[in-house]
Amino acid sequence: MPIRSTARTPLAATAALGVAALALAGCVANAPAGATVLTVDITDTGCEVSANTAAAGAVTFSLTNNGTDVNEFEILADDQLRIVGEKENVTPGQTVDYTAQLDPGTYYTACKFQLVGAPIGLAEFTVTGEAVAGDENRQALEKEAVTNYVSYIRSQVGELLPQVQAFVDAYESGDDETARALFASTRVSYERIEPTAEAFGDLDPKIDYREVDALAEGLDWTGFHRIEKDLWVPAPDALNSDGTSAWLDWQPSTPEQRTEFGDQLVADVQQLFDLVSASDFTVSLSDISNGAIGLLDEVATGKISGEEDWWSHTDLTDFAANVDGASVAFGNVKKIASETDEGKALVAEIEKQFTALKAELAKYGSIESGFTPYDQVTDAQRKQLSDAVNALAEPLSQLTSTVLGV
Amino acid sequence: MPEPVPPAPGSSADDPGRGISRRGLLGLAAAGGVGAVAGIAAGAAVVGAGRPESGSGAAARYDFYGPHQAGITTPAQDRLHFAAFDLAAGATRDELASLLADWTDAAARMTQGLEVGETGAVGGSPYAPPQDTGEALGLPASGLTITFGFGPSLFETADGVDRFGIADRRPPALQALPRFTGDALVPERSGGDLCVQACADDPQVAVHAIRNLSRIAFGRASLRWSQLGFGRTSSTSTSQVTPRNLFGFKDGTANLKAEERSAVDEHVWVSDADGPAWMVGGSYLVARRIRMIIESWDRVQLSEQEDLVGRTKGEGGPMSGGAEFTALNLSATAADGSPAIARNAHVRLAHPDLNDGIRLLRRGYNFVDGNDALGRLDAGLFFLSFQKDPARFVTVQRSLARDGLNEYLKHVGSAVFAIPPGAAEGGSIGDGLFA
Repeated sequence: MPIRSTARTPLAATAALGVAALALAGCVANAPAGATVLTVDITDTGCEVSANTAAAGAVTFSLTNNGTDVNEFEILADDQLRIVGEKENVTPGQTVDYTAQLDPGTYYTACKFQLVGAPIGLAEFTVTGEAVAGDENRQALEKEAVTNYVSYIRSQVGELLPQVQAFVDAYESGDDETARALFASTRVSYERIEPTAEAFGDLDPKIDYREVDALAEGLDWTGFHRIEKDLWVPAPDALNSDGTSAWLDWQPSTPEQRTEFGDQLVADVQQLFDLVSASDFTVSLSDISNGAIGLLDEVATGKISGEEDWWSHTDLTDFAANVDGASVAFGNVKKIASETDEGKALVAEIEKQFTALKAELAKYGSIESGFTPYDQVTDAQRKQLSDAVNALAEPLSQLTSTVLGV
Repeated sequence: MPEPVPPAPGSSADDPGRGISRRGLLGLAAAGGVGAVAGIAAGAAVVGAGRPESGSGAAARYDFYGPHQAGITTPAQDRLHFAAFDLAAGATRDELASLLADWTDAAARMTQGLEVGETGAVGGSPYAPPQDTGEALGLPASGLTITFGFGPSLFETADGVDRFGIADRRPPALQALPRFTGDALVPERSGGDLCVQACADDPQVAVHAIRNLSRIAFGRASLRWSQLGFGRTSSTSTSQVTPRNLFGFKDGTANLKAEERSAVDEHVWVSDADGPAWMVGGSYLVARRIRMIIESWDRVQLSEQEDLVGRTKGEGGPMSGGAEFTALNLSATAADGSPAIARNAHVRLAHPDLNDGIRLLRRGYNFVDGNDALGRLDAGLFFLSFQKDPARFVTVQRSLARDGLNEYLKHVGSAVFAIPPGAAEGGSIGDGLFA
């Protein structure tokens, strides 16, 4: 579904904030004296860190790639999604030091073989002690937020690529049962970063438009939802979300059309990957905070009503992925928002409401195990979900002005 | 075009041959031929207070008969009750004609502040129910206009049945609307064989009109859907202040105004060249019930709201600079080189320059119909536009496919109607259908 785009284009306004795209804030080039030094044994299938704990402050990871192809080391927040530090492009045989400035808390370490796909060797990593007052000024915090959010976007699209390929393989080969089982989970990474995809103009319409949007705009209907309708063929008397007959100008795809639509989706996701992987790809600070509320609005308008996944009823998985994405975006700018007492209060309220919303969602399942089909969620239950979204969206909509201090 | 009737003695309101004046009956007016004058003056003094625009307020009264139907270029009244009707199963051509004649008669009375029927609300037999339902007793005409229209299904059902022998009269322009971005149409809120638009400055007067017309129709036609509007969102006269829609923005600044006579002729009325002959002087009405997701909208930053609309929220001036009525400068750029009026701004995409010069006469109303099951206000804009060809609306609405506001809009109801010309005194609305 389309989401707001006017003031929310990731490519805009970075210069005004003085954010350098590729600076790695929060980490320093060389290991400072007295820093904890850990080793990381990277292989194609593993990511062994020499210890699972460290003292707060500068932590240096000495990375060695003992595998056969390029790899990446990531430090994730306790949500296992938000990236707080990463070192990309560690080539086979290379040993390189990477230093991260870590506050006390729970983290996860992981590697990413060939820089795409799911994290490998995900392991809990605890940082203890007192937060070390760093030399992080406002500008450094902004750079850190942007750098980490860009890493997160790349990481999610990197996970999306092989998932879409597997989903499309099943669809094109006529293995509808497998394709149906993969539909919801395949969309998760996309739904987490949808405002970014949306900013690339014609990509989101190709990947994620619903039939009614595409037809109304005179576009060829392609992407996830075209495939969805083939996998969940509507009853003869079923209606589209715009009230027209589901069979108006629609027939199940032939095998040839399946190949066409499947290959197109893979190509479009590949293009998205190429775009976010480009060295000049970046986002602005306000793009991040606006992305958080944009994702919540996406929930409020598309998912709560059940219009997004009209045939599969897997809306709650998209819902949870949108909430994940909003939560990560918020996490990236939380420190900046907390610079004033007013900001601290706002952050506390947002965190409280995120917790409440996630608890409400958890009543219906999880991304890993699947959710109750949305057509089995009653109006009263939908209202509770909607109330929780509104309770979060109100304070979250104040985030950008707090982060920007205007 | 219907003009406000000057409050002069001897006007139809106190002509005893035409029916009972609601105000005269209750003794609110002074005795004799000046009754109407006194009554109207009192209404103006009470209800008209604080309303600088002329021709509006409780005192206004508009002719029903004339070359065009009233309620189109008439200065938009504050309240609306709109209704779509379906003819009864098995209704005959004669019944359709008689219904239109009865409606014409009742509408001609009510728009003049008269009761329905010769004996009205309380003048008839104590053993019979009153002819008029009575809730407008004591109320002036309140600027009431009643405008009738014919839907495509009146001429031919979806199955191709010509129930009333009028399929050959169907104007070629009267076609069902295509699908648009944001459509979430509910069949029960869409379409209809007939429509009645009742506008007034008093909601009770507008509701009284629809209620009585519905009652008159029983057995021949019944309500399919109806809609109340509590506040106008457009100005149709330069004498009116631009109102605000539920997004909080002024709406209808650049609307077609009655004073632009040649533009109204060019864009609104069906001409001889357009045809068919029985529609000359008429128009076409598009009605869209547009739900606004106002809870999400209210969380949007001010600057983004203004970018999406293309106007400032306070004054209503274009984002390219100037005051409310300053013309848009679509090529103006902002400091960073981007268009001052964003590419997806509503005012840009709706502008005549991007739509073959097309202008619609909009006459929409704000509505709030309680709340939905999710605890959100069921609120929005009941969009009404008049144009000489529905295809003109289609052009503009397609241009709006990329409107940034779409994220906050859902079109839940849709209908199109042919609006025949006005009736001549002694004739009926839609005479041309049967001639």
